[in-house]
Amino acid sequence: MYQIIKQILKTGIKTEGPPQADDALRVEIQNLQEQILRHVGRALTIRCVDAGSCNACELEIQALNNAYYNIGGLGINFVASPRHADMLLVTGPVSRHMEIALKRTYDATPDPKLVVAVGDCGCNGGIFAESYASCGRVSNVIPVDVAIPGCPPTPTAILQGILTAVSRRPSTDTTP
Amino acid sequence: MPIWHGTVDAIQFRSLCEQARHGGGKLVALWGSDELARNAGYAVHAALVTATGMLCLTLPLSVERPAYPDISDIFPGAARMQRATADLLGLHATGADDHRKWIRHASWPGNVHPLRKNFDGKTVFSTEVDAYPFVSVTGDGVHEIPVGPVHAGTIEPGHFRFSIIGDRVLRLEERLGYTHKGVEKRFESLNLEQGAKLAGRISGDSTVAYAWAYAQAVESVTGTTPPPRALALRAVLLELERIHNHLGDLGALGNDVALAFGFAQFWILKEDLLRLNSDLFGHRYLMDKVTPGGVACDLDDQGRERILRMFRHLEHEVRLLKDIYDEHAGVQDRYLTTGRVSPDLAAELGLTGLSGRASGQAWDLRAEFPCAPYDRLDVRMVTHLNGDVAARVAVRFEEVLESMRLIRLILDQLPAGELRASVGAAPENALGLGWVEGWRGEVLIALHTGKDNEIHRLHPHDPSWQNWPVLEHAVIRDVVPDFPVINKSFNLSYTGVDL
Repeated sequence: MYQIIKQILKTGIKTEGPPQADDALRVEIQNLQEQILRHVGRALTIRCVDAGSCNACELEIQALNNAYYNIGGLGINFVASPRHADMLLVTGPVSRHMEIALKRTYDATPDPKLVVAVGDCGCNGGIFAESYASCGRVSNVIPVDVAIPGCPPTPTAILQGILTAVSRRPSTDTTP
Repeated sequence: MPIWHGTVDAIQFRSLCEQARHGGGKLVALWGSDELARNAGYAVHAALVTATGMLCLTLPLSVERPAYPDISDIFPGAARMQRATADLLGLHATGADDHRKWIRHASWPGNVHPLRKNFDGKTVFSTEVDAYPFVSVTGDGVHEIPVGPVHAGTIEPGHFRFSIIGDRVLRLEERLGYTHKGVEKRFESLNLEQGAKLAGRISGDSTVAYAWAYAQAVESVTGTTPPPRALALRAVLLELERIHNHLGDLGALGNDVALAFGFAQFWILKEDLLRLNSDLFGHRYLMDKVTPGGVACDLDDQGRERILRMFRHLEHEVRLLKDIYDEHAGVQDRYLTTGRVSPDLAAELGLTGLSGRASGQAWDLRAEFPCAPYDRLDVRMVTHLNGDVAARVAVRFEEVLESMRLIRLILDQLPAGELRASVGAAPENALGLGWVEGWRGEVLIALHTGKDNEIHRLHPHDPSWQNWPVLEHAVIRDVVPDFPVINKSFNLSYTGVDL
């Protein structure tokens, strides 16, 4: 236990916080964090669906959980059921074998829901394109709010895409 | 690396497989091809490895009777490869126990075979709900848990059918194929140059291994020898890929037994390494950096120094975290004896790669048939005899340290010179093989060339083909809540086998 505590203290806080004036990336991340907090307010829950990717996009989504990006600290959490989700984060291309599973996941997600397609394949089918086995882009199967290009997109780009989707979200607190 | 390729008849096909097996050899891959355009019917190919090298067999099949003798009684791992060959090419293994479909779900009819040349890859059928005859376990108190294809975490899709009593697993049956996106058919619409990009996206976490294997295959058919500097840099990239995957797994394996500390620590180290990759080579996962003929990146003295500096920190941290994992009673309680594959079972079923080495299967391509630059590095293979989660964790720890040693050695004497050799034209109807020890195990690319540098047929083979069926055995008698940590300790690729 002593070793663990010592190591935690030695590691310190890695989450990228206050920017250095000359550090473009840090500025970007901090701006992102502020905007996400402004829009999300309390929490955003995300259900990830790999609809047929080569798994590189999954690696970058997983990286959002590391201490540098600390997505949980922004109030954004990955959840284990579409019933608990505000947003679907979908990687593609959508294989025809995943078409029904993706549609069912979409249907199981309560309204109002957001869909973010991740990666070149999710955006346009990528190198796999459309075929007997691939439906291509995510929007060929379910409605998509935001598509994030990249092969794979960096964690920062994915955060940016999530933010873009959230900031487009129609206001739900208007009372008639 | 010694590779023999020969055309055999059905009797020789089986007897050579038997001989290889008796001599301690194993099956690396099995695939089929459509040779109608060459007036040669169909063919089934098997790549075997023995102590002396690789033996690649081609068995021509007639149009009237596209069938070949089953070899899954010799190599159990062949069963799914044979079922996939039946789905994709309509070539059947006579005498096999299991004739259920494997890759095909309900997106195309059973009488359609996508890898036949007369099938247009753009043809689309209506997708229906798949009906798959799972093996059901019956008896008092037995019930089933279906899991997937959409999983709880950020992982790839697949279906697991558990038959259990209480919390104990009686049987696990995997149903994969969900990420089948027509990779092999796609290759046939590309030329050798365009294929490199697709090869790097067969399994994103092994992009360097696949790109290198693809490059080897192209280089072998075109008679290209990459310059020494390119080969050295390829090995640096491959070992960096091994390190970042092992670090990620070690963190996730901590997380799976409720040691969030482990996840936090290892994923900081992994992110540091990915950022270094991005700074030095221009891509976090090193995609498209290995190309046929050489590499598409370089490393200067400053970059070399940055790697060495990071390794000083990384080695210190990994050794410290290893002590913490080793001495953590809660972690060891979950790891030890969990998901055990005994060396005997591993040998019988053909467990390969990292998981194989953790079950006493002393096999590492970098040590057995080292290609340049490994031939002068004296790679120290890491093995373990326990075959449980703890052993697979221990092998990862040791391999991270070994990979750092290898990179240091390579950087110590990095050859100067060109980064790329020009790649000539490939002869038609040639077979090129590429074979690389990726972080998960050996990756094979079998390339059959067509006219004008086109790809006639390409079969990429992931070690997960061999290892997925063994996972079904590894979980027997363990409890369902241990499945995530057992599954993670193998960390097999779905996309690499679904193709």
